[in-house]
Amino acid sequence: MLHYLNPQAPTPVAPTRRSFLKLAAGAAGGIVIGSVLPMRNVAQASVSADALAQPFLHIAPDNTVTIIVKHLDKGQGAATGLATLVADELDADLGQLAVEYAPSNPDVYKNLLFGVQGTGGSTAIANSFDQYRQAGATARAMVVNAAAESWGVAPETVSVAKGVVKAGDKKATLGELAEAAAAQPVPETVTLKTPDQWVYVGKEMPRVELPAKTEGSVGLFGIDHQPEGGLVAVMLRAPRFGATVASVDDSAARAVDGVVEVLALPAGVAVVASDTWSAMQGRDVLDVTWDDSNAETRGTEELAAEYAALLNQPGTAAPGRGDAAGKLGAATKIVEADYSFPFLNHAQMEPLNITALFDGETAEFWFGSQIQTIDHGVAAAVLGLEFPQVRINTTWAGGSFGRRATADAHLVAEAAMTAKAWLEKTGTAQPIKLVFTREDDMASGYFRPMHMHRVRAGLDENGMISGWEHRVVGQGILMGTPFESFGVHDGVDHSSVEGVHDTTYDLPDFALDVHHPHVGVPVLWWRSVGHTHTAYVMETMMDELAEAAGQDPVEFRLAHLKNDVRLAGVLKLAAEKAGPAPDGRHRGIAVHKSFNSYAAEIADVRLRDDGTIKVEHVTCAVDCGVPINPDNIRAQVEGGLGYGLSAILREEITLTEGEVDQLNYPDYPPLRITDMPTVDVHITASTEAPTGIGEPGTPPIGPAVANAVYRATGQRIRDLPFSRHGLA
Amino acid sequence: MARIVLNGTPTDLDVSPDMPLLWALRDHLKMTGTKFGCGVASCGACTVHVDGVASRACQTYVGDIEGAEITTIEGNATPQAEAVRQAWVELQVPQCGYCQSGQIMSASALLTDVPQPTDDDIDAAMAGNVCRCATYARIRKAIHRASDIMEA
Repeated sequence: MLHYLNPQAPTPVAPTRRSFLKLAAGAAGGIVIGSVLPMRNVAQASVSADALAQPFLHIAPDNTVTIIVKHLDKGQGAATGLATLVADELDADLGQLAVEYAPSNPDVYKNLLFGVQGTGGSTAIANSFDQYRQAGATARAMVVNAAAESWGVAPETVSVAKGVVKAGDKKATLGELAEAAAAQPVPETVTLKTPDQWVYVGKEMPRVELPAKTEGSVGLFGIDHQPEGGLVAVMLRAPRFGATVASVDDSAARAVDGVVEVLALPAGVAVVASDTWSAMQGRDVLDVTWDDSNAETRGTEELAAEYAALLNQPGTAAPGRGDAAGKLGAATKIVEADYSFPFLNHAQMEPLNITALFDGETAEFWFGSQIQTIDHGVAAAVLGLEFPQVRINTTWAGGSFGRRATADAHLVAEAAMTAKAWLEKTGTAQPIKLVFTREDDMASGYFRPMHMHRVRAGLDENGMISGWEHRVVGQGILMGTPFESFGVHDGVDHSSVEGVHDTTYDLPDFALDVHHPHVGVPVLWWRSVGHTHTAYVMETMMDELAEAAGQDPVEFRLAHLKNDVRLAGVLKLAAEKAGPAPDGRHRGIAVHKSFNSYAAEIADVRLRDDGTIKVEHVTCAVDCGVPINPDNIRAQVEGGLGYGLSAILREEITLTEGEVDQLNYPDYPPLRITDMPTVDVHITASTEAPTGIGEPGTPPIGPAVANAVYRATGQRIRDLPFSRHGLA
Repeated sequence: MARIVLNGTPTDLDVSPDMPLLWALRDHLKMTGTKFGCGVASCGACTVHVDGVASRACQTYVGDIEGAEITTIEGNATPQAEAVRQAWVELQVPQCGYCQSGQIMSASALLTDVPQPTDDDIDAAMAGNVCRCATYARIRKAIHRASDIMEA
């Protein structure tokens, strides 16, 4: 997600708070952002005066080294990754490390690739690799200089290892030197270690928060925030996207025990109660009529028919090359196929939630904020406050997969509107936790957009691809958002075509066009974004073409990867490690680059007697540059392919007359332990800069399994999920 | 209103008998280790032990558990639970961690009933616990590892 922001960082301009948010009756429950620019905040975590306090780490006299984490850790291991970078350069001991989320302050904590504080696009390590190492090295230099000064020795004679500072017979901990180090000037330049000097980077680092996560994760997640005097709200939202509240009869809701207030807002009706269950009981008996005049009323069947019609019409052309039509005219064989992909819900385990406290002059929020700068600005705009009057407390998040990063900050906007209405109604400032039930979360929109593809590809007499025409139909995720200028060019939304237009297969004669229909269903990035569907199309087409050319699927791909050594490298590594397919298993392969990382997956699939499939084993090879934490890379690839496998097997959001049909896990069956394959992950040794790993494991699994299913059944599955075909 | 034995301590639940145990624990006793995932007993995030049996707290009503012994993740200190925790850390199982209270409660109940489970035993006992981070392969390995720890 958010990698569309990479090409340039927005220029900081002093905005008025009004420029932040334009409330309108749009698709997202009534909220559309006008423009978003980074703003300023001076908030800093409080530290004691005798600590060494730097923006990215604190060393306290009690010898705790606290790493200030600027990224949201939603399970991908960002907190441990950043701590590893600091600890390595500082030569801290692992036992003395703690982590703490950074305040919202884009000046200090912006994602260096986005220009705003935020997490996504598998960039947490990529953008922080130098910054956090420099922070560790800077602190180390200050500690060393402090030791040299107090011991009367030359700094060159001072060593640091595992948190212990030594020179001759002198010895001290980092904590003992913290106060003196704080008095040292901050060095302007520091020299970073060379890879052979690393003590933690590249090693198996245990996750810092993991023991807590075996004991109930007490105090970690936003939904567990239980402030003194806190109330809980649930909101009744319109059943159709874009509808607004017409009238409310809340008399029955107010009569429910525990319900303390009912607040009608533009986007819905909030029931505030002393506990979550009472709030839900109150909501159940609310009587609300909706104004559907701006609502999306089409169902997915109607949308599918419209998209299919668009597949027959030329769309907006993306930059092409060569002469695709001419080459196809002369091709010896042509393979053509249409594909269809459904809306998908993220279904992260922790439903969306946020706690807000507003007293009329200041406001504070607690939640798993994924783009703090936008969330912060929207909160201020809704409440009529300036940026420094708002505090965002980032909590750990129970999964996200993209869901917590929204361009319109609808979650914080809803919470701010609720807190504001509460204050206006009651005159009191009380923390209110707005909780989404699973049904709220699943029906809330912000889906992976449904897409259709059409491909025509030719082969020449040598069995090489000759001519490739590709059409994509689907809502652009970035269109109409503040990110539009970064990722939409000449009418083509990069998020719909990434993985196609930038393929590194040798396709000299290539044409691509797109349709981005206007649909009132809010859509969003979903772990690996456009690659969720483009990899499926590219890699199943490559399989069909290999077969049409009478070639081995690995050799055929390698023959077209002469210009991408790293992608070819992971393909060869995976093929070598997989060995021959076991008896009774059907094998499929796929390889795909995303987020500047390279992943190959080989799936061994068994066909059960009832005709369903079981993916038994997946062999993976990944190249994500220098591996910072190999075990976490393996974990992300295991989980990433599990997430992708879940989607292709049974996940599908449909709408009937504009209303979401699936409301909970029984309707939207997630991957379970009974579906999970064993997984081997092989990591390419590399000295390249580190790139993302949260997402690249997801795209290849779908096509790898689809290619295996073809070998098992002779069926080419081109509309998802597999459950539509009795395979899952 | 019900009186239960919660993690070994007699405890009054002064709430409606219709309230699911999940919300009595989380909102009234401020014990947030038991997580809310789906509310329909489909994800297992709220798994607790009711008289030693792994149960979904979101579909366990306060009015039905008078006198029951309830164990939550905060109070689960059996040798099985401690072996599971150790294995979970050794194999670095959790990612986001949100489902892991429930996973650990189901796994420790399994090991109490079946000290040396097969893969099929694990599938049967753990299929009700969803993990969207898909840590399942490690969960399976870690349950075997916990069994070995118990054996040692």
